[in-house]
Amino acid sequence: MEIFTSYHHIISPLGFNSEENYSAVLANKLGVKKINFGKLNNLFCLSVFSEENLNTVSQEINNSHLFTKLEKLSIFSIQQVLNKSAVSLTDKKTLLIYSTTKGNIDLFENQLPNLISKKRMYLSTMANEIGNYFGAVNKPLVVSNACISGLLSIIIAKRFISSGQFDNVIVCGGDLVSEFTVSGFKSFNALSVNPCKPFDAKRDGINLGEAVATILITKNKNLKTNSSMNIVNGASANDANHISGPSRNADGLVQAIQNTLKNNSEIKIDFINAHGTATPYNDEMESVAFERAALSEIPANSFKGYYGHTLGAAGVLETILSIEAARHGQIIKSAGFETSGVSGKMNVVKEYKTQTINSILKTASGFGGCNAAALFVR
Amino acid sequence: MDALIEKLKGQIIEQLNLVEVKPADIKPDAPLFGEGLGLDSIDALELIVLLEKHYGIKIQNPADGKKIFESVRTMAEFIKSNGKD
Amino acid sequence: MELIITSYCKIKRNTIYLEGNKIISSNSENPSYFFAEAYKTLELNYPKFHKMDMLSKLGFLATETLLSIPKAFGTEFLLRNNLNQISIILSNHSSSLDTDRIYQKSISNKDQYLPSPATFVYTLPNIVIGEIAIKHKITGENAFFVSEKFDAELLVNYTQELFKEANTNAAICGWVDYDDANYEAFIYLVEKATDSIKNANFKALNQTLLNQLFL
Repeated sequence: MEIFTSYHHIISPLGFNSEENYSAVLANKLGVKKINFGKLNNLFCLSVFSEENLNTVSQEINNSHLFTKLEKLSIFSIQQVLNKSAVSLTDKKTLLIYSTTKGNIDLFENQLPNLISKKRMYLSTMANEIGNYFGAVNKPLVVSNACISGLLSIIIAKRFISSGQFDNVIVCGGDLVSEFTVSGFKSFNALSVNPCKPFDAKRDGINLGEAVATILITKNKNLKTNSSMNIVNGASANDANHISGPSRNADGLVQAIQNTLKNNSEIKIDFINAHGTATPYNDEMESVAFERAALSEIPANSFKGYYGHTLGAAGVLETILSIEAARHGQIIKSAGFETSGVSGKMNVVKEYKTQTINSILKTASGFGGCNAAALFVR
Repeated sequence: MDALIEKLKGQIIEQLNLVEVKPADIKPDAPLFGEGLGLDSIDALELIVLLEKHYGIKIQNPADGKKIFESVRTMAEFIKSNGKD
Repeated sequence: MELIITSYCKIKRNTIYLEGNKIISSNSENPSYFFAEAYKTLELNYPKFHKMDMLSKLGFLATETLLSIPKAFGTEFLLRNNLNQISIILSNHSSSLDTDRIYQKSISNKDQYLPSPATFVYTLPNIVIGEIAIKHKITGENAFFVSEKFDAELLVNYTQELFKEANTNAAICGWVDYDDANYEAFIYLVEKATDSIKNANFKALNQTLLNQLFL
């Protein structure tokens, strides 16, 4: 059974749909900017929505005062995919998977608007509100698995379709930039105050970013689009090493990649979209994994230099940008990369290039020692 | 100095949740990291929080932690040298 | 392929049940004390336990009851399965919200702004999967689902699909929820019904059974 990607949508500070976002990264526009943020008003480099952006979104949503910031962005994004595909969440063979790490975490800080209860901090309550907007007959499923949530959700979607339980899965990933996450990553000494530089010798930490991205995964051939790619395989694996530090030998990511590529050795990988957060240890670990998996020569990039780390949205956002790159036959350069600063051999892309891309390997890694990989083929 | 060292031992045990460690188990000159207490990278960051919480000392460059957190004694000396004991 | 539940554990209201039998019970109304008592009684000897948040402690205690205590049938589970083919699939209702609240307190006051990295790392529900994986060097598939209620259909379907893909030969699955001193854990082991582990006590994995055991 062929299970493939179909219509998709991204809303981010770089654009209000997938096309605008793709054009932005193609034009080397960065969403991440130096701004003062939070209670202590410290300088950070973040990619955040403007008030104007949010007002535009609110205007597109019925009864927008009943929804939180993240719910509005998510409804806006899901709405576009449902409109374009004519898939409906009122169909019992369609599931909504929501990928997030922190959901409505901003409600800790903000005065709760009328009619919005603190219960919305429960991820399933938040997902239900979004599902109810579209009359969803199945309770939405939340996947919260740290920074692999987005990619893992796509793999999970494929598995649920393959099991026969569902025909279509709408995967929506979203997270906000909040006092909570910014202070937490800062306490880990993991934030850079400059635009982040994945895999570069001068990388010194991540930027955080906010975005919502939605992609339809389906087996319905009528929903094939000119960007559709088959999800050939996907896998996750755990380092079983440390809850926050990436594995030195990259065992978990190697296992996830090898399990993904197993039985697919005839497929030549054209392009790798890595996780590439720009912390010293993560990028080092990834480079070791790519060398160990004999993928050193394949052009690779990270989108974190454009968007920062969008947490639960990242895997979905980056998959969409990668399949758009494949559709256009273009390799998007890895923003912030000049000189390799990792010990494993990698072919990180410094310049935009035109090249046929028929297959993509996408990877992700996160806290809790989790890793994921998936193989997409045109 | 000895009093500060004893106080620090208690604070380290509390901050790092070393429930099964007694103050006497921590030798003033023994390395904090590596062996013995089984501390990891998160513990190193927590020691920075400890210094700020109890002594009002902010470590701007976490790389400095390596020297400061060599042993309980080096921690105590660092606190003294900042005039914050 | 027939999948069977080879052992299961429940923790609720100050009591740990192994395959339906009460094995540890406490009068302590405070979950912290109860978890600490259970840790001692189970003789786990794993000091990192004390660093975990309540969600991880709960999931860890349930898993250790299955995998580490003498005589539990589950102790052989780790011996007969490759560690890189054991998947850990957990779910709950409250994600890490309980620890989120604790972390938020450390940043709620501008003048006492002391975010703790050791607390922040636990503000992700899948860290409990990491803790279980680290203890036993289990490197298979991971997933953490959040749903309103225990969803047997979801867990059964997903587990069956994982076993079909051949990277999974065994799984540790279930529910582990901790919210404001209310808690519940239900963890079960899934394996293939091969001749070597046929046992009259084992029951075929299905929704009805899961819902019965969960109650």
